[in-house]
Amino acid sequence: MKRLELGVGVTLVALVAAMAVVSFVWTPYDPIRIVPADRLLRPGPAHLLGTDAFGRDLFSRLLVGARSCLSVGVISVGIAALIGVPVGLFVAQGPRWLARVVLRATDIAQALPALLLAILLAGVFGGSTTTAMVAIGAAAVPQFIRVTRAGARQVLSSDYVAAARSAGIPRWRTAWTHVLPNIGALIGVQASVTFAMAILAEAALSYLGLATQPPTPTWGRMLKEAQDFLYLQPGQVLWPALAVAGGVLGFNLLGDGLRDRLDPRLREAA
Amino acid sequence: MASSVARRLGVFVLSLLAASVVIFLIAQALPGDVARIMLGNEASQADVDALRAQLGLDRPLPVRYLEWMGGLLHGDAGTSYLSGAPVSELIAPRLGVTLWLTGLALVLAVLVAVPLGMVAALHRRDAGGFVVSAVAQVGMAVPAFVAGIVLVAVFSVRLHLLPATGYVPLRSDPLGWARSLVLPVVALAAVQASVLTRYVRSAFIDVLTEDYYRTARAVGWTRGLAMLRHGLRNASLSLVTVLGLQLASVLVGAIVIEQVFVLPGLGQLLLEAVAQKDVLVVQGIVMLLVVFVLLINALVEVAAVALDPRVGEEVA
Repeated sequence: MKRLELGVGVTLVALVAAMAVVSFVWTPYDPIRIVPADRLLRPGPAHLLGTDAFGRDLFSRLLVGARSCLSVGVISVGIAALIGVPVGLFVAQGPRWLARVVLRATDIAQALPALLLAILLAGVFGGSTTTAMVAIGAAAVPQFIRVTRAGARQVLSSDYVAAARSAGIPRWRTAWTHVLPNIGALIGVQASVTFAMAILAEAALSYLGLATQPPTPTWGRMLKEAQDFLYLQPGQVLWPALAVAGGVLGFNLLGDGLRDRLDPRLREAA
Repeated sequence: MASSVARRLGVFVLSLLAASVVIFLIAQALPGDVARIMLGNEASQADVDALRAQLGLDRPLPVRYLEWMGGLLHGDAGTSYLSGAPVSELIAPRLGVTLWLTGLALVLAVLVAVPLGMVAALHRRDAGGFVVSAVAQVGMAVPAFVAGIVLVAVFSVRLHLLPATGYVPLRSDPLGWARSLVLPVVALAAVQASVLTRYVRSAFIDVLTEDYYRTARAVGWTRGLAMLRHGLRNASLSLVTVLGLQLASVLVGAIVIEQVFVLPGLGQLLLEAVAQKDVLVVQGIVMLLVVFVLLINALVEVAAVALDPRVGEEVA
């Protein structure tokens, strides 16, 4: 069953990535070209998933939507990891009072989740892809600090680190050569789970009109547009909804699968 | 226990101060001059300056922060620049909608998650448990607002059973109120129930390996009874902690859900205020939400000590 989890996760993530890649090379129609004559067509051979209220091909828009979902995910996870991992490493080796202060700060930060931060930032800088990336990334920094610190402390208490330290190797080098490689997988799990959260947040923000601006298609915006024409064509909701859920499910399963591989004891318990 | 409560109280107050500074600084960075927006582009610079002085915008940041905090302590969150109404009067009528939505969704989520998590733990090696876990995993992946739109498509558009949008105050029409909240509450609870089910499941699985559970089974208790008598209290600890941590995301989920169902709650007010750069309203709402989350989490920590006295000792 655990193998199944990882397998389904990898498949879904690969599917979303494939959609984004294909969209750069080929889409059946121009995803932003308005064709008034083709308004609200039902799915058929010409338009696989039908068209929206502006006559735009929904399948093309779905493919292109995968791009902003992935780019927001990659950049925001990157921001969170680039800040959170070094800070976590530093705190793990620093004095105890520093750890207490930083951990308490991460507690407080959790009261300001990604979406609320993004709504605030969208007010300051206007809604855009960038504000969404920054807000989601910033909101995920605390978790990276916590995970990195916890993992690093475990490695730092091991004999080989003590040996390296007593051989006179400086702290930053032990951190680089011993600690980081040993907690790499742990950070990978965190990155995967954060990625899922980023997809959720990006969809909600673009639904609210606070992330990527039109005419660029996003899954969240497609959901908003589908909702506006729910009475005329309820089926339109289905595909962007499946796309968002599939992306989130993929990264969540990937994270869970990786975590179980890391910790064999969990495999027995489940 | 008394000292640990006092220490938590101190930490709570410090957390509030830190959060208020951050929120104040972000909100003050809102671009565009409120005075200019209020008076329009044709107004003379002198008029704009006069209005800035009247609103107190010409004074230094620390002064404005202290004024705002001082007001908050008296329950005065300032006056909306645009509507001229006190922020607290704008928030009050909308607070009810958001609290009903959040509270009912949490209650529903717990009512669904506890039995499901228990079943999933007891049947963790067979098909039943697998199905529950799989459904929870999928449920976690569907954002609340997407669930909301799908529910509207099915129950409002297709079946005509429930209203798609709008809110009816409880006092004017209790039945209409309930009908207007069914879909948003279910949409919001679905995600939370999925998250909670996973935690309840693993909490109960932990119980299954404990000696007291084995003893209870050995003296002839059925699995269900042993679970209820011993498992529930142990699971409740992790359930309460997770609920506290999830609260922030439920509130944010409620903000988005309010947009889906056009409910006149805090979320609607917040998004309007952000669009109009009504800084004090934005500050007030975000601060209120953060205070609420921090307060509940402080209470959760105290509750955790009450549920399991060992927790207090560990931390101290």
